[in-house]
Amino acid sequence: MTIQVVSDIEFGEELPAFQPDTSLDNVRRFAIAAGWNGPRFTDHEAAKKEGLPGALVPGIMSQGFLSAMIHHWAPKAEVRLVDTVFRAPCIVDQTYHINGVVTDIEEDTGEVEIDLTVTNDAGETRVFGTAKVLIPTA
Amino acid sequence: MADQDGPIDVEALREQFLGKVFDEYTLTLEADRLADYAISCGETATKFTDPNDPDFQAPPTIASSFQPKKRYPEGFPTFRGLGMDAGKAVAPDKPMRAGVPIVAKTHMHDIYTKTGRSGRMVFFVNRMEFSDPDGTLLGSADTSIVIREKPQQ
Repeated sequence: MTIQVVSDIEFGEELPAFQPDTSLDNVRRFAIAAGWNGPRFTDHEAAKKEGLPGALVPGIMSQGFLSAMIHHWAPKAEVRLVDTVFRAPCIVDQTYHINGVVTDIEEDTGEVEIDLTVTNDAGETRVFGTAKVLIPTA
Repeated sequence: MADQDGPIDVEALREQFLGKVFDEYTLTLEADRLADYAISCGETATKFTDPNDPDFQAPPTIASSFQPKKRYPEGFPTFRGLGMDAGKAVAPDKPMRAGVPIVAKTHMHDIYTKTGRSGRMVFFVNRMEFSDPDGTLLGSADTSIVIREKPQQ
């Protein structure tokens, strides 16, 4: 069920998680669009030469995944803040899960706060943060 | 930038650098690149993915991808220690749209410390603010860099 108005939301509600496309082709598409197409994001071997475990998913792409999750859940949501900490790198071609939990609801204004995480298959948090969104009140 | 030895004098840096714009330029977004940005992130709404949508606009986190031409103000010192990306925050106010010039101004927004068992960490927060040609604020993006001070000899 997608959210239409703020009264549809329950405190503690989990947003439908999704697995983003972290394939090299998709990350390369993002990196070119963002103007961040350095080899550490687009080439596993070049990234390894920099001492990295593989090509990185840019942190700003993780922010984009989190924002997309919010729009899947509440198509009319207006994102007002995405504040993230990049705790550990996300690696291209590995599986990640984009998660969110509602932690505050202002019924009068429609402002909703969401805790955000990006986790890997081992359940380790790679990115965490907070979003503030506006949801229609009626 | 001059090298600075010894503990970082946070109060002096705040006094000298906070709030002063040190970088400014104008950028223009291209529709196809905005659509690629949104689609690769998993957005599905046509207002983000289809340049022909009458409400076509940049995805809300786009401003995180913009970077100042200069990373630090003129005269800002360099420090001994390990610098790391400590996070990004993006706060959209109004939609950014393809073909509309965007003025990007950067200032140092905050300098603060946290002290843990391994010593003191100093955080530097640069804020880019974006406005349209009429001066209407479109949003802002903060980038935090943390330096873990090396123990003094």
